[in-house]
Amino acid sequence: MSRTPSLRKLGALLLAALPLLLAGCSSALLDPKGQIGEEQRTLILTAFGLMQIVVVPVIVMTLLFAWRYRRSNRDATYQPDWAHSNKIEAVVWLIPCVIIAFLALLTWYTSHSLDPHKPIAADDGQEPMEIQAVSLDWKWLFIYPEQGIATVNELAFPEDTPVRFRVTSGSVMNAFFIPRLGSQIYAMAGMDNDVHLIADEQGIYPGRSTNYSGAGFSGMTFDAHVGSEEDFDAWVAEVRESSRSLSFPEEYYALASPSENDEIQYFSEVSPALYESILKSFHAGGEHAEHMAAYADERQGAHGHGGGHGEPAESHGASPSTKGAE
Amino acid sequence: MATDTLSNHGHAHGHDHHDDHHDTAGTKVFGFWVYLMSDLVIFGSLFATYAVLLRGTAGGPTPGEIFELPFILVETFLLLFSSFTYGMAVLSMNANQAARVGRWLWITFALGAAFVGMEIYEFQHLIHLGFGPDRSGFLSAFFTLVGTHGLHVTFGLIWILVMILQVKQKGLTGVTRPRIMCLSLFWHFLDIVWICVFSFVYLMGVL
Amino acid sequence: MLGKLSLEAIPTHDPIIMTTFAAVVLGGLAVMGGVTYFKKWGYLWREWITSIDHKKLGIMYFIVALVMLLRGFADAIMMRSQLAMASAGAEGFLPPEHYDQIFTAHGVIMIFFVAMPMVIGLMNLVVPLQIGARDVAFPFLNNLSFWLFAAGVVLVNVSLFVGEFAKTGWLAYAPLSGLEYSPGVGVDYWIWALQISGIGTTLTGINFFVTILKMRTKGMTLFRMPIFTWTSLCANILIIASFPILTATIALLTLDRYLGMHFFTNDFGGNMMMYVNLIWAWGHPEVYILILPAFGVFSEVIATFARKRLFGYNTMVWATVAITLLSFIVWLHHFFTMGAGANVNAFFGIMTMIIAIPTGVKIFNWLFTMYRGRLEFTSPVLWTLGFIITFTLGGMTGVMLSLPAANFVLHNSLFVIAHFHNVIIGGVVFGMLAGLTYWFPKAFGFTLDEKWGKRSFWCWIIGFYVAFMPLYVLSFFGAVRRMQSYANPEWQPMMVIAWVGALIIAAGIACTVIQFYVSLRDRKQNQDVTGDPWDGRTLEWSTSSPAPFYNFAHLPEVKGVDDFWTVKQANGGQPPLSEPPYQDIHMPKNTWEGPVMALFATIAGFALVWHIWWLVAVGSLGVFAAFIARVFNEDVDYYVPAAEVERIEREHRQRLKQKGELAYSTRLGVQA
Repeated sequence: MSRTPSLRKLGALLLAALPLLLAGCSSALLDPKGQIGEEQRTLILTAFGLMQIVVVPVIVMTLLFAWRYRRSNRDATYQPDWAHSNKIEAVVWLIPCVIIAFLALLTWYTSHSLDPHKPIAADDGQEPMEIQAVSLDWKWLFIYPEQGIATVNELAFPEDTPVRFRVTSGSVMNAFFIPRLGSQIYAMAGMDNDVHLIADEQGIYPGRSTNYSGAGFSGMTFDAHVGSEEDFDAWVAEVRESSRSLSFPEEYYALASPSENDEIQYFSEVSPALYESILKSFHAGGEHAEHMAAYADERQGAHGHGGGHGEPAESHGASPSTKGAE
Repeated sequence: MATDTLSNHGHAHGHDHHDDHHDTAGTKVFGFWVYLMSDLVIFGSLFATYAVLLRGTAGGPTPGEIFELPFILVETFLLLFSSFTYGMAVLSMNANQAARVGRWLWITFALGAAFVGMEIYEFQHLIHLGFGPDRSGFLSAFFTLVGTHGLHVTFGLIWILVMILQVKQKGLTGVTRPRIMCLSLFWHFLDIVWICVFSFVYLMGVL
Repeated sequence: MLGKLSLEAIPTHDPIIMTTFAAVVLGGLAVMGGVTYFKKWGYLWREWITSIDHKKLGIMYFIVALVMLLRGFADAIMMRSQLAMASAGAEGFLPPEHYDQIFTAHGVIMIFFVAMPMVIGLMNLVVPLQIGARDVAFPFLNNLSFWLFAAGVVLVNVSLFVGEFAKTGWLAYAPLSGLEYSPGVGVDYWIWALQISGIGTTLTGINFFVTILKMRTKGMTLFRMPIFTWTSLCANILIIASFPILTATIALLTLDRYLGMHFFTNDFGGNMMMYVNLIWAWGHPEVYILILPAFGVFSEVIATFARKRLFGYNTMVWATVAITLLSFIVWLHHFFTMGAGANVNAFFGIMTMIIAIPTGVKIFNWLFTMYRGRLEFTSPVLWTLGFIITFTLGGMTGVMLSLPAANFVLHNSLFVIAHFHNVIIGGVVFGMLAGLTYWFPKAFGFTLDEKWGKRSFWCWIIGFYVAFMPLYVLSFFGAVRRMQSYANPEWQPMMVIAWVGALIIAAGIACTVIQFYVSLRDRKQNQDVTGDPWDGRTLEWSTSSPAPFYNFAHLPEVKGVDDFWTVKQANGGQPPLSEPPYQDIHMPKNTWEGPVMALFATIAGFALVWHIWWLVAVGSLGVFAAFIARVFNEDVDYYVPAAEVERIEREHRQRLKQKGELAYSTRLGVQA
């Protein structure tokens, strides 16, 4: 084993990787900035620790038994027909059962306490702030119904304030996730999903879609700016200074056309109930399809760089721009 | 004396292996059962899909608005009666009356064909009204579930024709007998599936 | 005339594809030229293409699987290279359109066209021999299954050069895979490749289920079956119960795409969550279809090389059965983040972790099989030991993922990628390579070179840890799957390490290729004259290597678990040889209908992808006509004369005498 050159290479690599492994402070999941994330970190570490009760003995026994009972070792007992022992059987069933029973209890408890739909109890009984997140091809639209503003690919909210994110999609399935804060949730067209999160510390936390959604998926990232109440108010004021508005359906469908790696955009005015309109557009017969078709021309003008999910439906063949290489 | 790979029970076999494939026949019929179970899983998936999409009418018609129960009832009785006539074919086979097997198979074929004909009429009628399978999720699920059953019946009809021909050519042999048994299973299976379609789709849709 | 197909479908602008294309064409021409030059077409047709011999079909499955492994692995190397480069604004060398096809193809190929054929190939090679049968219950269907699978392989490979492959991820989640968001032909290739090969798989499932239940030799009760046969039985039950769900799901997606229906569309009443549910109702049992037979391989290997009875045979069987049943009620754990309620999530989470109990018990049983044994460190044993450790770690991360509340942050991250490669490589790949080495002599009559086999093992296991441990770490940084590039430069070092790991695994694959070459070269020295090179315990070792086409001159009679071992012990360590008189043996004849049906199915599939409707009709009618021809073909079996059997068996005995070969145990002087 020791003469294998690749093993030495491995050792060197591991040594190089060690500082990174230990750099817990840059690890989003091990250094969360919100209550939900913290509870999830504790859960992951608890489960990990519990399972070591089985994992460590198994690895030790594997190596130990394999070595002890190697063929050349004539000192070891050899019992070719020994194949049953009630005692051992009882132990090997019992230990996993006990651990899993404990984990099952933990599962039941945490599935409820960390249910993404469950509001976070605030100290002063304040209502959670609502932000609506809509995944589009390939960007995030965030609507602030109380403030009457909207943004693309930028999020801001005050610290220590429970936030209820209502999440849906104007296109294919995505998932809304800010790793430092905890739970992600799927964004699905026509479905009104939600996740409750809270940030305990000020900072800029990267967020993204985690569920693959097509060509522009890698660029579906955003930053969540968590500051004080004043910082948030200042940010809202800045958004309100934008000259752009987002009306449904015209401007919304222009925005919804496929585009990649979008810049941050601010909208000072938003159609009332924009989020609900987006949801409903998938519930009626073909409203979504009609609008997508109706605003196609407009979109071409507005977003010259739009990639699109593929070539237009009329010319199905593979065009040079969409051909892949494997 | 010979041993048989196809049965593995070390049965005595003559070289005239047309009439003595009893164990093979058993394996075949058992295998066909297993196939039917896997087919049942397909129907199960389609029923589940139908249940999920039942409300996905998207402004289109609901089940109650498009089903005509008396028409479907006639269809149902055609199929049920064809199961009976197929049963008669099997009884004739057991009585070694090849000609009668052929006759009963023809009658079964006629009933099955009438069933498929009525289903095609129902489908084209709905499409004519603008309620085709592309109108809504509910209609997609309806056409697919009922259509899959209809497709199975159509394959059953082709199979019946093949069996009529084979019984005529070869008579009731070790090859044709298990096939008639398998087809019998298939035909009754489709009957049972139809009863589920009738009660779950049509009856519950109208009531 | 040609539907959507035109010359533009061939990606002439892409050097990577065109070079590959040229290589494939030249290689294909060379192979075909060689076959023509040596006048081997007739031989190929008679002995292989039309063969219904389960052993030959098993070999063909494995050959295709190994070729596809090379392609799937080329995809893997490209992905790891891309991610090692595309950091902090760098675009790498693969734009999303390419990269998305590559990860889709990698998943599809590795699961459907590498892991599945390896598992099914091994079942083909081994199960009939283990139960003392002369063939499977439905030999024609077995041939057809293989060729339908091959049709799927052809379609996936054609997609590389004509058109494109899906850019949807390996499970083609709707609505992304629907017409609105994937208008190209990529998803259609995915659909028809999986649909055609999936039907072949269902037929295999039925075939082997019936074979195991109906074709066992005298005395082979269910609880005397070798564990590999048991795990195969359970895997086939899973195939029968789950593959029809895949067939139905793909059919519904097809209807959405071809007839404008609304099963999984966003609007018009469609429901994309149903797609996710249906695909995983198949997808989760699928992973157990792959892993259970691998468990079986390890059970056989560890008992044989520890020269000891498998510890807790009954427990092993019941644990397998329990896993089989449980695998159907855990599918929701693939999408806890969809937003189902806490009760639903908790139920599926708990069901999932319950699977860890029987699996853990199995692991302990393997450990206690080594205990008080005499373990020989052959390469199959190394794969087994590597499996036990790696799979235990993979199981641990699996349990972590099964906690819904933890899953909310781990889902869709590289943690999931690391986890399933942890169990698929550590379980299925190690298992199949162990099984390949273990049963290779039974298929070819000589053993594989051990030196290169062990080198392959060390490369694989080290490569695995180097490639995938960084992904676990990265997931804690927030890195997700299916990214083509990423902004955070902190991730790059880990990505580079993972890339190095992939290269080490590549070296392992190279070792396997060299192993085949060396073993073939030295086949005379490594010849397995006895038919029992490892001092085996089960019936497949009681016949010569390679096994005669009728498997057993006399059908064996079994009196207990590991009967062959017991018989040898009673016979002074020597296996008894078959003695005259022999009888005529009833065998199935080869079939031309299987390959022809599959050929037409391939044509129909290709025509469906490109909407060439007249060709669809030609293909479908061809399938139908060939099937009807089969139905009217009564010349399907024959009798091998007893004299022929006697000649073959006599030759085997003479070889034994010439070589003066004794059984393995006597040779080594190892006695109980």
